[in-house]
Formats: sequence, C-alpha cells, structure tokens
Amino acid sequence: MDRLMVVWNAFPALLGGLAITVELALAFLGLGLALGILLALSRIYGNRFLASIASAFEQVFRGIPAIVFLFLFYFGSAQIGLNLSAFSAAILAMGLRSSAYQSQIFRGAIQSISSGQMMAARALGMNLYKAARHIILPQALRFSIAPWTNEYAGVLKDTSLCYAIGVTEIMRQGRYIVARTFGNSLLIYILIAIIYFILVYAGNRFFSFLEARLRIPGFETKGERTERI
Amino acid sequence: MANNVTLRIEDLHKSYGALEVLKGVSVDINKGESKVIIGPSGTGKSTLLRCINRLTQPDSGRVWLDGVEVTDRKVDINRVRATIGMVFQDFNLFSHLRILGNVRIGPMEVKGMEKKEATELAMEELRRVGLADKADAYPAELSGGQQQRASIARALAMDPKLILFDEPTSALDPELIGEVLEVMINLAREGMTMLVVSHEMGFARSVADEIIFLENGVILEAGPPDQLFVHPKHKRTAEFLNKITELYGETSK
Repeated sequence: MDRLMVVWNAFPALLGGLAITVELALAFLGLGLALGILLALSRIYGNRFLASIASAFEQVFRGIPAIVFLFLFYFGSAQIGLNLSAFSAAILAMGLRSSAYQSQIFRGAIQSISSGQMMAARALGMNLYKAARHIILPQALRFSIAPWTNEYAGVLKDTSLCYAIGVTEIMRQGRYIVARTFGNSLLIYILIAIIYFILVYAGNRFFSFLEARLRIPGFETKGERTERI
Repeated sequence: MANNVTLRIEDLHKSYGALEVLKGVSVDINKGESKVIIGPSGTGKSTLLRCINRLTQPDSGRVWLDGVEVTDRKVDINRVRATIGMVFQDFNLFSHLRILGNVRIGPMEVKGMEKKEATELAMEELRRVGLADKADAYPAELSGGQQQRASIARALAMDPKLILFDEPTSALDPELIGEVLEVMINLAREGMTMLVVSHEMGFARSVADEIIFLENGVILEAGPPDQLFVHPKHKRTAEFLNKITELYGETSK
C-alpha cells in the first residue's frame, strides 16, 4: 500500500519530467529533420564546397559521443561566455547530432530514386530547387519513414542523457523521487522504463500507420521492373 | 536564319573521356517537320538529343531553337527547356503523382499556371492521347504503352516548339508499340516538330520527312525515307536499314 502511495505521489513530478522529455525529443527530431534534409541535399546537389562542408559536419557529429557534445555545448560554451540554458544546450548538441544521422537516411533515400525522375523534371524546365521539392523529396521522404523510425526511437531514448547536464527530464525527476522517498529505486525506474517503452512503441505504430497511409501504387512494384531485365 | 527553321544543330561535338561520341553533327529541322535518327547503339543518338536541351553539355558546336542560341552560356536554360518536350525510353513519369498530376505539374510549376486552368489543359492533352479515363491512376497502375502516352501528354501540356523522342517504344512489349506510334503519327500529321530516335520504321516511313543515319558519331547519310530505302548512297546504310526492317518489321499506318 505504501509503495502504491509512492507511485501515486510520484506521478505529477514524473509527468512533468515526461513533458520535458517529449519537448526535448520533438526539438531534437525537428531540428534534425530540417537540417538533415538540407545536409543531404547539399551532399547530393551542392557544389563541391557545400558538399564537403556537409560531409565534414556529418563526420564530426557522428564520430563523437553524445555526452561529450552535451558537456561541450553546456559547460564548454559557458567558459567562452555563452550562457546557454541546459535546455538550449541540449537542443543544440542533440539536434545537430541527430541531423547528421538523419542526413544519412535522406541521402540514401534520395539516391535510391531513379535518375530519370530528376532528368524528366529538369527536361520540363524545373530548376534544381523545384525538381527537388516537387519530384525528388516527396518520393525520398516516403522511403525515409521506415529508417526514420529508428532515429525516432534512438533520439527519444537519448534524451535521458540530458540528465547529465541538469535538464529535469523524466530520468532526473525519477532520481529526485528516489532520493526524496528514501529508496524505491526499483519501482520508480521500472515505471520510467515502461513510460519510455510506451513512447517508443506508440511512435513505431504511428510511423507504420503513416507509411501505409502515404503508400503509393508503384513504389512496391520496383521489384517487378528488375525482373524484366 | 530562315524563319521556318525551328531547330538548328551546328557541328556538335561531345566526348566522354577519351571516347568521342559526337564528332561534328549538324541537323536542321523546319517547323512542322519530323526527322528520325537511326544508327547502331552507342553511336551518340541519345547524347545528341540530350545536347539539344543541354541535359548533357556539348563540348563544342551550337544549337538554336527558334533563333535563340540554346548553347549560349548566358541563356536561361530552364526557359528553353520549357519549350522543348522530351519523351524518354523509360517514360520517367513521376511515380508519386497521379497521371493528371504528372501532366499538369509542368504548366503549374514551370509556367505558373493556375491549378484550375492547368487541370483543364491536362485533361485536354490526356484526351488527345486517349487517356482521359486514367487521370486518377498512378503511373505504376498503367501499361507501358499507356505510361508512354501519358508522358507524351506531359510534354504536350507545355505547348512545346519541338518534341524530342528518345527511343519511345524500345521499352514496350510488341503489342503496346502500336498505340504509342499512333499518337506520334497523329502528332506529326498535326504539324508538331519532332526529332525521334527510333528504329520503328512504321513511324519513319509513314510520316518522317527525313531519316538520319548516325554512325560512329557522324551522320553517314540523311534523306527522305523513300530515297534511303530505295537508293541509299552508302552500302552501310542499306545494310543497316535491311537489318532493322528485318528486326522490327516495316508495318506502316
């Protein structure tokens, strides 16, 4: 009964933490999405300068642990006079990091679209921007949904790392409750584990639904074309 | 330049590395004419077409469309391309758009036409190629012949001065070739200016004004179909024509 009361009393604080966790995840994914698409387009269609900048950016942000970036953007930036809040530092560090991973997803998807699509668009007189926006991206983004679900799950779970720079997301709230109630680690962390799991699971279900919803006849018949060769 | 010359190609050269694909090709097409390019594979037929709208950048030589130099570096190439239709071997319809969307996207996004107007125009072009009932289908739901007719409608919706056909029937099953040829023959009869790479002699013999035999990057011989078939100047032309009529038949409409 006692334990049940602990859970009951912990709930408001955990929900507050959950809200921060969801905000972080949305911000990371949103920044990662916008920048990731730009990076992918730069790699594929940009001039040599733009492409190499994008490539270097991706290498750096995929080559260094997330926690190191969090510390650099929070503690490191303070030392040069940038007073970023823990929340903003987290968004920058993790959002940029996600953009590097997401750009790989979009790059693969864009490159999987037959070159004839771009050729037909350019032959109509579309400039590169219009061809990318109206012809290439609508197809590439559909292909990206499945791999993007992985990124969603990864980023959502990695929000817990923001604990380390003091963001009061759900893990930190959990820590506080455990400290306040003298123990109950097992109970609280199981509760948090269940919440993460539900978020990831619900997201996966949502993206499967979205993929089915946006499916277009023909995208699955690519196999048929290869058989003809 | 004479007023009725729609396309003038002058001494076009193109190399890929050490391989010289086009070694000085010149072609004139008057308004309303249809010319057919034939020749063995790898002799630069497709490259020649792509040099005309600069999907491939020629190394040297010049191309004019209606008196505007396409090969001029300062020309707005997108504006030029908007006036040149192109029909591909693999159709290249936009897979994520319905047939109607495929046909109206050019007028809307390139010419800035209102959606309602573009839709009416697109439906008209689809009727012209006999596909009005397929407007709501996706490309993958159509047969190859229907897809190719849709791609012709997409080109027509831009009201082009010239349409380039790059082996438009090569990817089609034999029983689907006829419907595409019929559309092309009708276009030629209506006075569309066309440059066609194709070994379908059905089209060449019924409506082409000239057959151009391209081999190893040069025009070996060019002339009206009857002349080329009956009195070819080069033995090589006769051989090649014999070979393709054997392969593709010679059924004219």
